[in-house]
Amino acid sequence: MSFINYSAREINCKIVFYGPGLGGKTTNLQYIYKKTNPDSKGKMISLATESERTLFFDFLPLALGNIKGFKVRFHLYTVPGQVFYDASRKLILKGVDGVVFVADSQAERMEANIESMDNLRRNLQEQGYILDNLPFVVQYNKRDLPSAVSVDELNQALNPKGVPFFEAVAPQGQGIFETLKEIAKQVILEIKKGS
Amino acid sequence: MPDPGLIMYEEEFKQIDAELRRLHQQANAKVTFLVDKNGQLISAIGETENLDTTSLASLTAGNIAATGGMAKLLGEKDFSILFHEGERDNIHISLVGRVILVVIFDQRSSLGLVRLRVKKSVEVLGQILQKILQKVDQAKGPAGAGGGTPKEAAKSPFAEITEDDIEKLFG
Repeated sequence: MSFINYSAREINCKIVFYGPGLGGKTTNLQYIYKKTNPDSKGKMISLATESERTLFFDFLPLALGNIKGFKVRFHLYTVPGQVFYDASRKLILKGVDGVVFVADSQAERMEANIESMDNLRRNLQEQGYILDNLPFVVQYNKRDLPSAVSVDELNQALNPKGVPFFEAVAPQGQGIFETLKEIAKQVILEIKKGS
Repeated sequence: MPDPGLIMYEEEFKQIDAELRRLHQQANAKVTFLVDKNGQLISAIGETENLDTTSLASLTAGNIAATGGMAKLLGEKDFSILFHEGERDNIHISLVGRVILVVIFDQRSSLGLVRLRVKKSVEVLGQILQKILQKVDQAKGPAGAGGGTPKEAAKSPFAEITEDDIEKLFG
């Protein structure tokens, strides 16, 4: 949950990128890191295996600017997508303020998307959260691939509640900042609501 | 229910800073810092100029979370102390309720001294955190109940946030 420091005049929020393995969560963070002004970002940390699969998490701190005299910092995390890292995924969800679900648009990854979405819902529940009550955005990544299924179909399977969704091609940056902006907005509005 | 968000007020922040400063001095440490279990840095004292404290905070929380997960598998509630020994620098990590106290030290100090001083600080910090939680609870309680709402919480600046403010963040 957000950390508001009246003394340092800072708000810190945690956003977690969730989704199936090889879906593009780390690529999202890498693109944000690449395109963000050096003054606004910290170091990006990736705890990955030798073959660059996320082992524990990626972490990117961003300081986007000020709101009402408070510096707003976002801590972006990814989870390891591979099914057998479930224990790690649960840990990373602790204290989450907002979730981005990065889905893989390819038809052959549909089952993995659905499984990961169920897993997200379940893991949040274990921590006492309800996904439908959290700031939540869905990103349909890999829109450029030939086997990408239609957005309608993806929405039907993954987004029955109709939360904001974005089409993306993560390595090229398409849809990345749109997604980030939407989740940041929802998280800040949630802080407003809680105040 | 998940933990409510942590809110830090000026008064307690100063007390935490003072305690970290005292520990830094008495344990002969290089750096002392306090991190929220979610990885947010609360305060850092000492030789922090060349240290990426934000990343260190996030990794500390990850570390505590991972060992906490291991503890549960063994039927333990938590491992409340972690110690990492390096060639030059060492890290001593201890749990204080929902926050984590970290001490980085080198050969100018020793594990025994650090453990001794940390023990006292854990008590003091625990009390300060208790006070913060009480304040937050009071602020979130029903309006007028007891009439003890802290001033800072009563005039939350965030109630006035507009969509425009958020737009500006992204230039």
